[in-house]
Amino acid sequence: MSNTDNKQKVDQIVVRFSGDSGDGMQLAGTIFSTISATVGNDICTFPDYPADIRAPQGVLTGVSGFQVHIGADKVLTPGDQCDILIAMNPAALKTQHKYCKPTGAIIIDTDSFTEKDLQKAEFKTDDPIAELGITCEVVPCPITSLCQETLKESGLDNKSIVRCKNMVALGLVCWIYDRDMTLAENMLRAKFAKKPEIADANIKALRAGYDMGHNTHTSIAHTYSVESDSDKKKGRYMDINGNKATAYGLIAAAEKAGMRLFLGSYPITPATDILHELAKHKSLGVITMQAEDEIAGCASAVGAAYAGALACTSTSGPGVCLKSEAINLAVITELPLVIMNVQRGGPSTGLPTKSEQTDLLQALYGRNGESPIPVIAATSPTNCFDAAYSACKIALEHMTPVILLTDAFIANGSAAWRLPNIEEYPTIVPPYVTPEMQEGWSPYKRNPENDVRYWAVPGTPGFTHRIGGLEKSAATGAISNDPANHHSMVETRARKVEKIAFDIPEQKVEGCEDADLLIVGFGGTYGHLCEAMQQMNAEGKKVALAQFQYINPLPRNTAEILRKYKKVVVAEQNMGQFAGYLQTKISDIKLHRYNEVKGQPFTVATLVEEFTKIMEE
Amino acid sequence: MSDYTAQDYKFGQPRWCPGCGDHSFLGALHKAMSELGVAPHNIAVISGIGCSSRLPYYMNTYGFHTIHGRSAAIATGAKVANPDLTVWQVSGDGDGLAIGGNHFIHAVRRNIDLNMILLNNRIYGLTKGQYSPTSVRGFVSKSSPYGTVEDPFRPAELCFGARGNFFARCVATDMAATVACLKAAAQHKGASVTEVLQNCVIFNNGTHDSIYTKDGRAKNAIYLEHGKPMIFGENREYGLMQEGFGLKVVKIGENGITENDILVHDAHCKDTTLHLKLALMEGPDFPIALGVIRDVEAITYNDAVHAQIEEVKQSKKYHTFNELLETNETWEIK
Repeated sequence: MSNTDNKQKVDQIVVRFSGDSGDGMQLAGTIFSTISATVGNDICTFPDYPADIRAPQGVLTGVSGFQVHIGADKVLTPGDQCDILIAMNPAALKTQHKYCKPTGAIIIDTDSFTEKDLQKAEFKTDDPIAELGITCEVVPCPITSLCQETLKESGLDNKSIVRCKNMVALGLVCWIYDRDMTLAENMLRAKFAKKPEIADANIKALRAGYDMGHNTHTSIAHTYSVESDSDKKKGRYMDINGNKATAYGLIAAAEKAGMRLFLGSYPITPATDILHELAKHKSLGVITMQAEDEIAGCASAVGAAYAGALACTSTSGPGVCLKSEAINLAVITELPLVIMNVQRGGPSTGLPTKSEQTDLLQALYGRNGESPIPVIAATSPTNCFDAAYSACKIALEHMTPVILLTDAFIANGSAAWRLPNIEEYPTIVPPYVTPEMQEGWSPYKRNPENDVRYWAVPGTPGFTHRIGGLEKSAATGAISNDPANHHSMVETRARKVEKIAFDIPEQKVEGCEDADLLIVGFGGTYGHLCEAMQQMNAEGKKVALAQFQYINPLPRNTAEILRKYKKVVVAEQNMGQFAGYLQTKISDIKLHRYNEVKGQPFTVATLVEEFTKIMEE
Repeated sequence: MSDYTAQDYKFGQPRWCPGCGDHSFLGALHKAMSELGVAPHNIAVISGIGCSSRLPYYMNTYGFHTIHGRSAAIATGAKVANPDLTVWQVSGDGDGLAIGGNHFIHAVRRNIDLNMILLNNRIYGLTKGQYSPTSVRGFVSKSSPYGTVEDPFRPAELCFGARGNFFARCVATDMAATVACLKAAAQHKGASVTEVLQNCVIFNNGTHDSIYTKDGRAKNAIYLEHGKPMIFGENREYGLMQEGFGLKVVKIGENGITENDILVHDAHCKDTTLHLKLALMEGPDFPIALGVIRDVEAITYNDAVHAQIEEVKQSKKYHTFNELLETNETWEIK
């Protein structure tokens, strides 16, 4: 079913599927990105879904979107705007048309543009295109009726038939972009393996969409193909989102350390998929406990850590608030613990399904007392794996809780991931006590090099001891109110965390070597900031990027980097938390700031514009 | 015979007020542990915050003095992650039933194999005398100068409401009965709740007066034993019988009632109805029930978690990280 007529080769395309949250847009988008990745294209996806599970059908608040950026070379973001927008109903058209490029095309399902549908989406006239002032190409397609016609003899009821309309849309997009249909068909067969009649119906709908494109292609100016050269890094790849990559990182670390993995967690958007993923993998010995609340999620993990497991808890910002006291117990008892905060919009319940970087200061300082904690921020969906692995390694080898920050954008977004060779990953060796240490041992005896205390796991003969939330004597481990001892313990806990800087890599700077402007970011904004930098460099502007993954402690060369450039701008999805933090750590630096807190990813175009302004100031 | 003596479980010098019930309880716990014979290094004693929660510091075992209210959740994590440990979880009435109420009921509901000790003195001692969730209505304290206007929890009711399978009650100063309850609690597989009635000499002196002495217990308490008739009184002259939906106290020898008419305690009965009635008895019309009131076997959470892991290990073909990777759809770039 190759498509040869009127075909153009392009380097990259962006497609956005949008419809009611029950229309299956996430599935259509996922299949499209996976089959593109399978032929060697690079992908970056952005599922943009509402907080309501099922808003009333056809209303503006119920629109669910899935954007995918497909490129012959490396793609770093899901793209600011799309080339093809699928709008399955008027509500989708109204809320999503702004994401379509002026040169792009919008495909609408004409069957869902009745007067009633238009009213639900609060249109005032019967011409939504004119009412919205849409100037790009609009391609009307009878998606629902084609689906019904195709499947009228399937034996399925009308509801089940109409549910396949997302596949008609997918088929059409596959035709436009010359995708291999057999890959999509295989995915559907696998997904509906237990319901072959549903698999058949979906495949028929998919083909009908493809054929509709083929038969009526005069209505779409061109079809395109994205062909990847094979100069990409060789190896086997899979499609992975950030939450899954995080879960995989924990599993890999537990295996490397030879420990049991324990996750104590409580469901919370957008972090729950970490719990879902780990709950599946009992055959690897993983224990997941869905606790009675966020507090118990963390408290059970502290208990599991105490008992010798690689213990983790996953949550989002509101959950971190509730876990703070239990996290602090791990700080003072110096137990290894990994806390994952998949950041969402705040404060309070905020924007549960949207993405922000507003919990940085909470991670750094959101506890009582002097409470130093290593903080790591993953930079992309695939980097979540390495970041989670690194968080576990630091927690276990330095006997400390570690906070891993990701965000809704990278947690739900996916990218092609080269399968890691776990043999090449660094070893993880917790500082267990050994029998010869027994003489004169006490719980806060430390390795003088890194100030890490030794770990006597309950069950070890000869090392019974008592620890707890009360301050202890450094020498004996007994409860101590001694002022000098407390001061010294406060300093020791801080120094222990600072010394982790010797075990993390130096900060890298990408882009122009003699840049006039250094862009500084942290965590999940990497893709957008990098693409902005590349675009500006292509325009002849000298720009570099330092994207921080290690936040506390900062890499050893941070001050050197920040002092090296004429201008430095810190761009972050909060009101300047990282910039403020950098300034408390390095006093004599001047930083420009670009802050945006909209719950949406940055757009590259805006970044380029803002950074250019700073350069021209 | 056990290889250990009570001395093997002792550590340090307790700092509770002289006369505090915690002292007697600690002695009973050391003795019970020595008779149970689990090696000190295989025991973890995990507590929350409060006077009684200082207990782990006086144990020559692994001890974890944690944060207010969360010890049931922390102990749950420890037990499920390392089921070979014997885990004792120690709480007071404020720690366990106020701030920690949620974790208490869920630990009981899950039936995690913890020996849960609830030291109940009906007062907050460490914060110097506020009413607790077990203080009686009208109780006058620093935070209720005109008396409380709320009803207390009755721990047994919470335990049974959360589908608890083991509940025992003892008086801290009643050494032999406390040791017996603690041993039964430890031998019970699953969450066992032992309510220890104890006096706070400073802030709530006399709260359990009616049964705090041997004489008092002879008059006002009944020791329940599985399989034995429910007979009590200074001269064992009273007994319990069923009447309608409730219980009644009868005098043996009166109205033709003989020992054979007296109810026989069945701690293993699955139905909680009579267990609850026994646990809720109070003076002056009824004796206060002491001993093991309920002791029913059921699958534990920790066993079920690990059994499921073993089962899935058999049914799934991937057991390493590399094998996990292979379960995904992948493609090759050459």
